Amino acid sequence: MNEFIFFFNKVIVSGAAIGSVYAMGAIGVTLIFGILRFAHFAHGDMMTLGAFFAFGLTVMFPQAGQLFGLPTGFIMLPFAMVLTALVAVLLDRTFYEPLRRNKINPVGMVMASIGVTLMLQGLIRLFGGIEARHFFFAERKDIFRLALPFESASRKIVITEPQILLFVFTLLAVLAIHFILNRTKFGKAMRAVSDNVDLARVSGINIQKVTVITWMIAGSLAAAAGVLLSLDVSLKPDLSFNLLLPIFAAAIVGGVGHPYGAIVGGYVVGFAETLSIFNWAVFLRPFRESLPDWYELPSKLALVPTEYKITVPFFILVVILIWRPTGIFKGKVI
Amino acid sequence: MNLIDVTQLVAGYGNNAPILHDVDLALAAGKIGVIAGPNGAGKSTLLKAIFGLLNIHSGDIKHNGKSIIHLRADQLVAEGLAFVPQEFNVFESLSVEENLEMGAFIRTDSISDSIDHVYEYFPPLKEKRKQAAGELSGGQRQMVAMGRALMSRPTLLLLDEPTAGLSPLFMEKIFERIIAVNQAGVTVLMVEQHARQALEIADQGFILVTGKNAYTDTGDALLNNDEVARSFLGGVS
Repeated sequence: MNEFIFFFNKVIVSGAAIGSVYAMGAIGVTLIFGILRFAHFAHGDMMTLGAFFAFGLTVMFPQAGQLFGLPTGFIMLPFAMVLTALVAVLLDRTFYEPLRRNKINPVGMVMASIGVTLMLQGLIRLFGGIEARHFFFAERKDIFRLALPFESASRKIVITEPQILLFVFTLLAVLAIHFILNRTKFGKAMRAVSDNVDLARVSGINIQKVTVITWMIAGSLAAAAGVLLSLDVSLKPDLSFNLLLPIFAAAIVGGVGHPYGAIVGGYVVGFAETLSIFNWAVFLRPFRESLPDWYELPSKLALVPTEYKITVPFFILVVILIWRPTGIFKGKVI
Repeated sequence: MNLIDVTQLVAGYGNNAPILHDVDLALAAGKIGVIAGPNGAGKSTLLKAIFGLLNIHSGDIKHNGKSIIHLRADQLVAEGLAFVPQEFNVFESLSVEENLEMGAFIRTDSISDSIDHVYEYFPPLKEKRKQAAGELSGGQRQMVAMGRALMSRPTLLLLDEPTAGLSPLFMEKIFERIIAVNQAGVTVLMVEQHARQALEIADQGFILVTGKNAYTDTGDALLNNDEVARSFLGGVS
């Protein structure tokens, strides 16, 4: 029983947490791809940037959380989302829009976004420093330990407050995205632009406004993912580097341009990571008595060592694309 | 006064050599105009030029007496123009009703009346309104495309080969719907490959050859012109 609780904590809870972060990032990447037709490599840095906005605000108003009984970093989340959304729109206006106007090819756009990545990383390090930071410097991070009503279960299910907030927020964000894309005029226009931009233009859809809204949604989701991940773990300036690959893998695995695919892809990559670094030796230990004497139980039995976790998204990407070349959902349009 | 007035238009794609040379076209409000002519005559090009999709080298296009050559597509829609392209003219992944809603994007008032109105023109669409437009037959797609264009309540409807690829039976139906739309007060300017059938319903016909005006007259006059009939309508009837 304890082994299963250990498995639940290490694989299910952690996988759902990191999967939620990937999903929110991948939704943004996939929306930008669907509407603006380029792979936005600076997406990871919008996440880091959002987290730094929230961190800066937390440092300025460390008591804000007490008013609501929630972590201060979480209270600052909406502000960080708004700020990052504005930065995203500004980045588009300054760097991507002029290129689009001159009809540059998608590879040129990708290169420009790599430039933006380098610029943002430099700025974040310049103002934020290079060391890892913790949101919980003034408050305590609540960790819930839930005992199961079984006699054999002495281990407890461990879940942190930031993880719960992450799950709740992701659920609300997914519902909100679904509502926006299917029920609102601009959401439908986003789908229309992604489906057929020429027809959208002759229908009188204001492509510029749709573009701005896309960046606002992508930017605020990126900020949310960055803040919620940093709350749970820690805030590092190189956060984006470790997130970018899994997020793109999630978006591609789900089917590029397909927001529901991005959500599924996020969790597929998240669980694949936690499953592959899980120490399966744990499940062998109860059988130690019945195993033959010559067999020595390994202390560590994981598919991939933790340090090589970053290879897992690559593997998932290759496997899924062999099985379904367009991703789990048929990609291309929203 | 004419609703649409094209004068001495020279236009082409990008910076390439112009395709249209000194083309004139005038159509009074409430009429049906048909642009006909052999392949490569620049029929569709003329329609696209009116809708601001081409580079205009010289000449002018006036709608209600106002020059419209510098307007963006969304401004033209606000002006009262609507354009139905020949191909890729529906949002395939959107439902029929969502396609119609997209046609009304520039409007800020309630659009449910207009949607009902489109379903009156095109009854088959009503039962398919939740279905993705990409799943419909060619004729039904054309209905969605025309319905979408009507949602902005245009005064001038531009149709690029509305019957292309349709069976003769469906062609009849589409022409019948075009007449109904016109009788409701919408001026229609269309390009048609089926020149004879189209000129039969046209008030005004424009025959282009190699990017220039060849014949311009009423639909009946063009049908009764032996030279036109021999050259462009597949013989004298």
